[in-house]
Amino acid sequence: MTDSSPRSSAPADETAATKQGIKIVGFLCNWCSYGGADTAGVCRFKQPTDLRVVRIPCTGRMDPLFIAKSLIYGVDGVLVSGCHPRDCHYAVGNFYARRRMEAFKAFLPFMGIDTQRFKYTWVSASEGQQWQKVVTEFSEQIHRLGPNPGVRLRSGDNSKVSSGLR
Amino acid sequence: MRIGVFVCNCGTNIAGTVDTAKVASEALAFADVVYATNYMYTCSEPGQQEIQRAIGEYGLQGVVVAACSPRMHEPTFRRAVEKAGLNKYMFEMANIREHVSWIGNDREANTRKAVDLVRMAVGKLRFNQPLFSSKMPVNKRLLVIGGGVAGIQAALDCADGGVDVVMVERKQYIGGKMAQLDKTFPTIDCSSCILGPKMVDVSQKENITLYAASEIESISGYIGNFTVEIRKKTTYVNWDACTGCGACMEKCPAKKAEDYFNEGLGTARAINIPFPQAIPKKAVIDAQFCRQLNGKKCGVCAKICPVKAIDFEMKDTIVTEKVGAIIAATGYDLFDHSVYGEYGAGRLPDVITGIQYERILSASGPYGGHIRRPSDGKEPTEIVFISCVGSRDQSVGRPYCSGVCCMYIAKQAILTRDHLPESNSYVFYMDIRAPGKNYDEFVRRAQEEYGVQYIRGRVGKIYQRGDRMVVQGADTLLGVQVEVEADLVVLATGVESSSGAGELAEKLRISYDQYGFYMESHPKLRPVETNTAGVYLAGACQGPKDIPSSVAQGSAAASKVQSLFAHDMIETNPQVALVNERNCIACGKCIQVCPFGAIQWKELRGGIKKAEVLPSVCQGCGVCNATCPPKAVQLQHATDNQILAEVNELCA
Repeated sequence: MTDSSPRSSAPADETAATKQGIKIVGFLCNWCSYGGADTAGVCRFKQPTDLRVVRIPCTGRMDPLFIAKSLIYGVDGVLVSGCHPRDCHYAVGNFYARRRMEAFKAFLPFMGIDTQRFKYTWVSASEGQQWQKVVTEFSEQIHRLGPNPGVRLRSGDNSKVSSGLR
Repeated sequence: MRIGVFVCNCGTNIAGTVDTAKVASEALAFADVVYATNYMYTCSEPGQQEIQRAIGEYGLQGVVVAACSPRMHEPTFRRAVEKAGLNKYMFEMANIREHVSWIGNDREANTRKAVDLVRMAVGKLRFNQPLFSSKMPVNKRLLVIGGGVAGIQAALDCADGGVDVVMVERKQYIGGKMAQLDKTFPTIDCSSCILGPKMVDVSQKENITLYAASEIESISGYIGNFTVEIRKKTTYVNWDACTGCGACMEKCPAKKAEDYFNEGLGTARAINIPFPQAIPKKAVIDAQFCRQLNGKKCGVCAKICPVKAIDFEMKDTIVTEKVGAIIAATGYDLFDHSVYGEYGAGRLPDVITGIQYERILSASGPYGGHIRRPSDGKEPTEIVFISCVGSRDQSVGRPYCSGVCCMYIAKQAILTRDHLPESNSYVFYMDIRAPGKNYDEFVRRAQEEYGVQYIRGRVGKIYQRGDRMVVQGADTLLGVQVEVEADLVVLATGVESSSGAGELAEKLRISYDQYGFYMESHPKLRPVETNTAGVYLAGACQGPKDIPSSVAQGSAAASKVQSLFAHDMIETNPQVALVNERNCIACGKCIQVCPFGAIQWKELRGGIKKAEVLPSVCQGCGVCNATCPPKAVQLQHATDNQILAEVNELCA
């Protein structure tokens, strides 16, 4: 099969940057933002292709560990998105998430990681257009920052760690 | 583990912008993957058979399908692998349609992304464990929130099927907006004649418990087993005693109370039964206007009441009901037109809303069914209707079409001609939206048979001239400005979500859109279900709807409830938290954070305390998992290892 040329309205340098291997991981709550991303897809709202989505039941499930490990291993950006406050499928999960992520954000510079590489946001299942906006803006932000060198875990080893389950 | 990967072409939906053959061939190189292929429509019957065949032929222990959103077809494929003998949780989906092929046209980047997503899914699947549901009993009682026509229909359908129904209505009467209408389009049926018998049925069915003048205080529990607290609001009348004779109303000296039922067109007594057919036919004292309750000497109603039902000391009471399913049928409110300066900002007394005009037309309304205008009681001869007031207008935050206004204007214009044959009606409209059965014919009848003048264009200004109003607008078809001297202007105010819809949604744990309408589970395939199991929707709380659609949805929701109640036991969701007792340090943090009280202490031999999850109460949010310091409590099917495996695969 032949490759078709890109016809999207995404920035011109997008393809080039993608070839550098920009990778963004998105942790999306199953009930709101995952649905919002689906809605954006169903409506064919074009988005940059750097984002890889991990489906989680609720942003309350978000352990800061997931964000930390992603960034340490060299994922270039982490986006967490859930239900709007007061609209949580589990009543209060996103309130816990908001507190944890605010606290965690303050901790990122101590790990040697630019806080701009992490963002959390609220997008409901009906807000396909909002999702497109969030993804596009965050992807552009990460492209401006360039690849994440990760955190040097052992001296002399600057390569990305490929497996690191505890 | 032996894993099989099935990449769906979805016709050209995926294959159009993703090289699915390449995704499959790359997947074959992943560790543990022993079989990978692409298929035209994996969700089709032959597609599912292909999965089942491969499970048998290659001895697969886990399956990954890269296709559409798991919110769409995860249950389909889980059933398919289960039929082939696998545990249905040994299955993962990679979403390469909504999240890949539909959002970008760069085939190379899309293919790379699809490969990544498949690798992540395979990575997670390696950590999957078979999970098993248990069974729990269903409480076969239904709660219907809202007593409008949708709620009534749902309640009656279920009650006919032998289900115990609890109906909660915040107003003092049931019937909702439909009870206020005079006639209904397109048949010009008398509204109270078709609704009245249904309202009476609700009050007479032995298995319907009606709480009017009551609101939902709190809801806890889950499908099959909800506990609901209902606040019975203070009415100052003991309804068990009140016979609805109306003697109190006749003698009440406070005559200037707000008449909510007549939309403020008349006045009511402070103690009031809003309309003759009201169900329940019980009096309520409006504390704002009652002389006795405002410190003045009165108490006439208490003296006159033949059954001594008046109780000025009454307080709100809370009752608790246990139900197995909930139907939300909370209806809608009408747009407040005072934001429109061009229509007089609510200051012109003869600019009224459609629902006010409905009360004027009604024989039991404030003017006894004679069309008169509110300012001076004169019979109008020139009447202007303006459509799309608070509909299809981004500037007031209402971009959607309310769906019913075009039709009710046509109906009101026809009725106006019936009441006042010498009158002239004008309708300013943007477009005529009449897509229902016999709807367009009805609008044509208004135009052709009843001579209603339809002017396509917006109104720019309404101002007073003498005792009439001048309506200035444009006729965009003729391209001219038009001016109509009108005696009465009726604004077709649009539909908006019911006040308090958001607060109730939080109690029900269901989602709502940016306008406050409740979200259905799937706009096409699951229109009356919500994402919270056991909670269903009926009527305009889900979006603007006319009466036929509301009734249809009420019946649809009722059938969903009855199919749930056809089972004595339902399967629980096994994707719940589980405590590894060896790691638990008994700090109790999980017990503190659990939103559902699903974790409790358990005492082992020797008085050692450990946390224990009640699987039937746990909803699977995972807050405890994220909180637990030694990670002893793990949310099954979304464990730390499973989520981190996906991250690891992405970094690989």
